[in-house]
Amino acid sequence: MLATVGRQSVGLVGTFGQLGFFAADTVRALADVRTWGRQVFPMMRRIGVDSLPVALFIAAFTGIVLALLASYIFTGQVPLYFVGALVGKTIMMELGPVLVGLSLAGRVGANIAAELGTMKVTEQVDALETLAYDPHAYLVVPRVIAGTVMFPVVVAFAMAMGILMGWVAATTLLPLTNAEFVRGLRLFYVPFDVQFGLIKAASFGFVITLIGCYLGLNTRGGAEGVGAATTKTVVYSAVLLLVLDAFWALTLLQPS
Amino acid sequence: MIAFRDIHKAFGPKQVLRGFSLAVREGETAVIIGGSGVGKSVAIKHVVGLLEPDAGEVEVDGQVVSRLSRKDLTALRAKVGYVFQFAALFDSMTIFENVAFGLRRRREMAETAIRERVAESLRLVDLPGTEARMPAELSGGMRKRVGLARAIALRPKYLLYDEPTTGLDPVTSAVIDDLMIRTREVLGNTSIVITHDMRSAYRVGDRIAMLYEGRIRQEGTVAEIQQTADPVVRQFIEGRPNLRDADAAPLSASEEVAVEGSPG
Repeated sequence: MLATVGRQSVGLVGTFGQLGFFAADTVRALADVRTWGRQVFPMMRRIGVDSLPVALFIAAFTGIVLALLASYIFTGQVPLYFVGALVGKTIMMELGPVLVGLSLAGRVGANIAAELGTMKVTEQVDALETLAYDPHAYLVVPRVIAGTVMFPVVVAFAMAMGILMGWVAATTLLPLTNAEFVRGLRLFYVPFDVQFGLIKAASFGFVITLIGCYLGLNTRGGAEGVGAATTKTVVYSAVLLLVLDAFWALTLLQPS
Repeated sequence: MIAFRDIHKAFGPKQVLRGFSLAVREGETAVIIGGSGVGKSVAIKHVVGLLEPDAGEVEVDGQVVSRLSRKDLTALRAKVGYVFQFAALFDSMTIFENVAFGLRRRREMAETAIRERVAESLRLVDLPGTEARMPAELSGGMRKRVGLARAIALRPKYLLYDEPTTGLDPVTSAVIDDLMIRTREVLGNTSIVITHDMRSAYRVGDRIAMLYEGRIRQEGTVAEIQQTADPVVRQFIEGRPNLRDADAAPLSASEEVAVEGSPG
C-alpha cells in the first residue's frame, strides 16, 4: 500500500517535472516569432470565439439559477435587492471563470490533446521536425498564447451574460425592480472583482492549453493513446483549475 | 556520407538496437531489410535527430548528429528529405501547402518560384494538377507519392524512405520503386530505404543490409544477398516460415526474383 502510494507520488512529481521542462521549451520557442506569429489569430478564433456559445449558455443559466437561489436563501431576512449583489459578485469572482474554465477544459483541452495526439501518432509531428519546424513554436506557442489571451475575453462575455440573465430573472420572476437589482449589484462592487475573475481566467487558459499540448505531444500508441491523452487532459486540467482557483483566493483575497 | 556507429537504443525495458553499425556512401542507395519491429525505422530516425542514441553515434557529413546545437540540427535537416511510412501529410493542408511547407520555412524562394517547384515536384511523382486537393481525397499510393514530392521539393542531398511500398498493391509498389530510381537519377541523392519488400529492395538498392536482433546481420550487393548462405538472411529474403527450410542451398537462378533494371 505504502509502496504503491510512493510510486504514484514519484510518478506524479516526475510528470510535473516534465511539464516544467515542457513549459520552459515553450518559453524558449517564443523567440521564433516567424513560426508562431501567423498561427495565433486562427487559434484565437478556434479557442476563443468558437467557445463563446457554450460559455454564454452556461453563464445564462447560472445567472438565472443564482437569482432564484438568492431569493430562496434570503427568505425575507435579507433585503431582496441583495440578489443583485450576490449574482454580480458570484458570477464575476467565482462561477463565471470556474464554470467556463471547466467547460472549456473539456472543449478546448480535449480538442488540443486529440488534435496533437493524432498528429503525433501519425508522424505529422516528426514530419514537422524533419522540415525544420520546431513543434513547440509551431504547435504549442500559438495555442498557449491564444488560450491565455482569449479565456479572459470569453469569461468577460460570460460574466456579462450571467449578470444580464440574473437581472432578467430577478425582475421577471421575483418582486424586484430594475433599480433595486442595480442598487444591489453596485452595493459591494469594486473593479477588482472583475480583475480577479479575469486573472483567474487567464491562468486557467494557460494551464488548460499547456496540459493539452503536453499530453497531446506525448501520446503513444494509436487511437487508444489519443483517447487516453484526451481523457487525462480533461481530468488534469479540471483538477489543476480548481487548485489554481484556491491558490488565487489564498493569494489575492487575503483580508487586509 | 552517413555513418551509424555502434548504435544502442532502448525504449523502456525493450532493447531495440544493440550495436547497429552501417556506412552509407555518397550517391548510393542502401536498403535496410528486416522483420517488423526490429528497429529499422528507429535506426533512420537517428539520422535527423528525431531520436537520440543511448550509446554510439550517427555521423552525417562529418557531423555527429546527437552533438549538434538546435541551429546546426535545423541546418542538417535541411539536407535530408524524409519519406514517412504513412506519408505523414498534414491533413489540414492542401497538397500544394504540404509540398510548399518546407520551402516556405527556408524563405529562400519567392512565391512564384515555390509554385513552380511544387508543380515540378508533383510532376516528378506523376501527380500533376493535384495541388488543390486534400490528403483525405487521395489513395494510399498517391499519398506516399505526395510525401515523396514534399521531400524532394527541398532538393535534399539525402533521402530517407521509411517502408515506401508497405501496404501497397504490387503495381503501385512498382510505381513507387520507379519513382525512387527516377528521383536518384534526376537529383543524384544518397538514399536509405527501409523495407521488408524484397522485390523493391532488389530493384532500388545498390547495397542491402539486414538488421537482425539489433545489429546488422549481413550487408552486401544485391547479388551477394541473393546468394547468401546465412540461414537467417535466406529465411527472410525467401520468406520461409522457419530456419530449417532456409538451411537448404541458396536459391537457384530460376528461383531468384527477376529484377528489371536493378542498379546492383
